[in-house]
Amino acid sequence: MRYFELFNLPVSYDVDLTLLNQRYLELQRAVHPDKFAGKSEREKLVAVQKTSEINDALAVLKHPAKRAEYMLSEQGVDIRAEQQTLQDPVFLMQQMELREALEDIQHSSDPEDEIDAFEAQIKQLDTQYSAQLAEQLVSQDTAVLEVAADNIRKLKFIYKLREELSRIEDSLFD
Amino acid sequence: MAYSDKVIDHVENPRNVGTLDKNDPNVATGMVGAPACGDVMKLQIKVSDEGVIEDAKFKTYGCGSAIASSSLVTEWVKGKTLDQAAEIKNTDITAELELPPVKIHCSILAEDAIQAAIADYKNKQAK
Repeated sequence: MRYFELFNLPVSYDVDLTLLNQRYLELQRAVHPDKFAGKSEREKLVAVQKTSEINDALAVLKHPAKRAEYMLSEQGVDIRAEQQTLQDPVFLMQQMELREALEDIQHSSDPEDEIDAFEAQIKQLDTQYSAQLAEQLVSQDTAVLEVAADNIRKLKFIYKLREELSRIEDSLFD
Repeated sequence: MAYSDKVIDHVENPRNVGTLDKNDPNVATGMVGAPACGDVMKLQIKVSDEGVIEDAKFKTYGCGSAIASSSLVTEWVKGKTLDQAAEIKNTDITAELELPPVKIHCSILAEDAIQAAIADYKNKQAK
């Protein structure tokens, strides 16, 4: 998979983020415009293209959901632009309740404890849906890849909760 | 991104926010979510014995377009039969609310919520 090759990293959902960052900086330095000041227009253009490719790859690889979707699409199951809805009543009911709990946190007298508890809940859900992903994403079995796709869809709701939580934290403690 | 006046109106004055008693045999619930943006929508309908939707309530966690889409469909389904409600298409919603292409998934969410609620009602009646 090209993005992993670019950073010379093994193809795996479990990316070493420190290493990814380090490789990114090395690559960025190698194609920095300063190095191409005296070079031909063509070489400058290639460097600019390379820079943009490195940036795209980093944005995908460092974000767990985007990384998972990328790996899945390389395996032939592309869910990145899908518009279909998720219709899993039990999961969605839980999401609804978590959203309600988030609303309550905003009006709580002691939000800090509740935020901690909520964070722990998100972490637990994150683990629940991502624990098998590393294995599933390299599977050759379409049925397994479909399970991975469903896990990724659910993870996106969980990441959304995390975003909402940090937005609330910012508004409460700024 | 600018919201249309109609979206803003629904966001500022949402119609039919709330919940219906899910234990009422005439009440059905449709739950749908959009993985693309993490929006969650609950649409409940109360259906008369004649098969007419008497009441509808929604609760949506999402962007303005998702809230407006669900608010709008609660208005639209009231007074309709289940068959008529099932004919509401997401394109009707996008047209009414003037949703831009990036927000089409919000209208799909609302259409699917109606379908899910109708399916839940039929399922409940069959029991």
